[in-house]
Amino acid sequence: MSDHFLRDKAAIVGVGATEFSKQSGRTEIQLGVEAILAALADAGIDPVEVDGMATYTMDNNPEIELHRLIGGRALRFFSRAHYGGGAACAPVMHAAMAVATGVADVVVVYRAMNERSGFRFGQGGLMTEDPNAFETVDFGWYFPHGLMTPASWIAMFAQRYLHETDATTEDFGRVAVGGRDFASTNPKAWFYQQAITLEEHQAARWIAEPLRLLDCCQESDGAVAMVITSAERAKDLKQRPVLVRGASQGAADDQRMMTSFYRKSLTGLPEMGEVARNLYAMSGLGPGDMQAAVLYDHFSPFVLPQLEEFGFAERGRACDFLREGHHLRGGKLPVNPHGGQLGEAYIHGLNGVAEAVRQVRGEAANQVPGLEHILVTAGTGVPTSGLILGGHA
Amino acid sequence: MSEAPPDLSAFLGGDRGPYRSWDAVNRPMIRHWCEALGDDNPVYRDAAAARAAGFDGIVAPPTMLQAWTMRGYREQRPPGSDNSDPFAVLAALEELGYPAVVAVNCEQEYQQYVIEGDSLYYRSTIESISEEKSTALGTGFFVTELSTYYNQRDEVVGTMRFRVFKFAPHPRDEVAAPAEASSAPPAVRRMRPVRNQDTKFFWEGVEAGELRVQRCEGCHTLRHPPSPACPHCQSLDWAPQAVSGRGQVYSFVVMHYPEIPPFDYPNLIALVELEEGTRLVSNLVGVSRHEVRIGMPVQVEFAEVEPGFHLHRFRPREQG
Repeated sequence: MSDHFLRDKAAIVGVGATEFSKQSGRTEIQLGVEAILAALADAGIDPVEVDGMATYTMDNNPEIELHRLIGGRALRFFSRAHYGGGAACAPVMHAAMAVATGVADVVVVYRAMNERSGFRFGQGGLMTEDPNAFETVDFGWYFPHGLMTPASWIAMFAQRYLHETDATTEDFGRVAVGGRDFASTNPKAWFYQQAITLEEHQAARWIAEPLRLLDCCQESDGAVAMVITSAERAKDLKQRPVLVRGASQGAADDQRMMTSFYRKSLTGLPEMGEVARNLYAMSGLGPGDMQAAVLYDHFSPFVLPQLEEFGFAERGRACDFLREGHHLRGGKLPVNPHGGQLGEAYIHGLNGVAEAVRQVRGEAANQVPGLEHILVTAGTGVPTSGLILGGHA
Repeated sequence: MSEAPPDLSAFLGGDRGPYRSWDAVNRPMIRHWCEALGDDNPVYRDAAAARAAGFDGIVAPPTMLQAWTMRGYREQRPPGSDNSDPFAVLAALEELGYPAVVAVNCEQEYQQYVIEGDSLYYRSTIESISEEKSTALGTGFFVTELSTYYNQRDEVVGTMRFRVFKFAPHPRDEVAAPAEASSAPPAVRRMRPVRNQDTKFFWEGVEAGELRVQRCEGCHTLRHPPSPACPHCQSLDWAPQAVSGRGQVYSFVVMHYPEIPPFDYPNLIALVELEEGTRLVSNLVGVSRHEVRIGMPVQVEFAEVEPGFHLHRFRPREQG
């Protein structure tokens, strides 16, 4: 067993969310307020107690503004992890470290966005022309050729993965079919009651070959928030505590943001391998201890190397895992039982963490029976993060 | 625009038609078409050439499909045509508060050539009506009409899917006054790479027609993209090295959507591994998306892709 300092020191004690839509009709700040107040009500904690706020880059909402609007008083911990969706699990780790060390008592983690009705990520474009802005100069290696969207950057990896393994685009489709099946029975999902078939996946139009439309997650408006406090305090609160058993960020092996094209191999996700080793070491658990997984699915192809990095499949053999249906409803490792970002909504990964909380509490729309531990991962292709959540120490 | 989206299911499907042609397939119309498009393929104007190519006579460019059955200038249809409107759903949507329309895209498929003297007609069905969607233009519905084109022997010669977006425009922001209608809108350009002290040698090389890779002066490792320090030995000393420009396709992407100006789509983009070992991203030309393969040998070339803007790109090369 692990004796890691952070293991089981913090708990997620409340979750909240707005509806998931394509046009929220209100500001991102308002979405944030709504989700945070819902999470605090779920936890049974007075907003005045919130003394920490954590989110990740690309969120437009200042920590202090949301803290002010929910009725917070003193804020003594705020953090914002870099790399967008790759940081979806990181604020929970930061919050856990803050409450475990006594730096803060009650930390709110949030992500609020009008990604569909407002600024859309997949359109291509440059923010600045500042030669000192690293990312601006770095985009110069890709944008002049038209390689300008997240889908296109992922496609470069996916094409090579198809070349080096036995996987086919049907295996990408199997990820999408599984997610949409779960979404079809999740009333909160945008694609509720809209399952798809593998044939529909294969007939979908190309976005960035080898990615089809149904390999790409949705674009969504909405917000998700959660409340983290110490495991000790969690015992006396309204909800069954959801313990942070493992938490890690990860970057590795010639890491770039979305374009780690210069590594020896493009078929793995070394940053996720780093997260996997850390999570298993901290939690004292292994792949066989997980009853479900929320694997980041902005684009279906990267679910395959995630299965491999976490030891659910041999290197290059995730296709077998998918063909045997282990990721499906009733399988040995249901993946994205809320429908994922392909099926439920794209709230930059934080809705996946919320699903993991519901699964541990036993309240999920597609509850996995007998669930003790669940793995959650954040964005792939970027520096990333992950969590293992569980119900009891 | 009504509160709950309207039920449009009654407009789905159907089989309208025939919608007939005013004129049989004829040389003058073919000639006008070819002249406008600059298409000098002889099978469209020279009967002997067409026969030599295996046709029974002059054929029409397949892309003329829709032209043959178009209504006249006063929107009148030829005798024997169905008088109903194939796009009745659009009129209905107008009544429901979706006044604006924009053509989205059009896809044609061709089953056989159309020959001089053929008389075409088409039948129409509404293949799909989307759920209510909100786009940058407004809120409304994507409507797809499927037209099937027949010749006088009732054989299918081709099909056309025509998709429109029928919508209620977003209310204009009253505060945002229209920009001064001064000069013409700027032409959309490729994004210019932003250069700094670490990278400008590369772009100067491109302008000089030379592919350059950074070489560490400490450990002689080549690296790309450029950086100020060597990740292996941390030396800050480096020099540009001209490389062969020979390499192979390590991976590739075929970009289809979104169609970002000014690129042509589909857009073929490769990750090329140079003989010297480094990789770089580049457009790939001289090969179709169906023929490109990982491992394909390629050679760099340089092009002025826009006035004053030079860019490297790769083209397949003979092996050896």
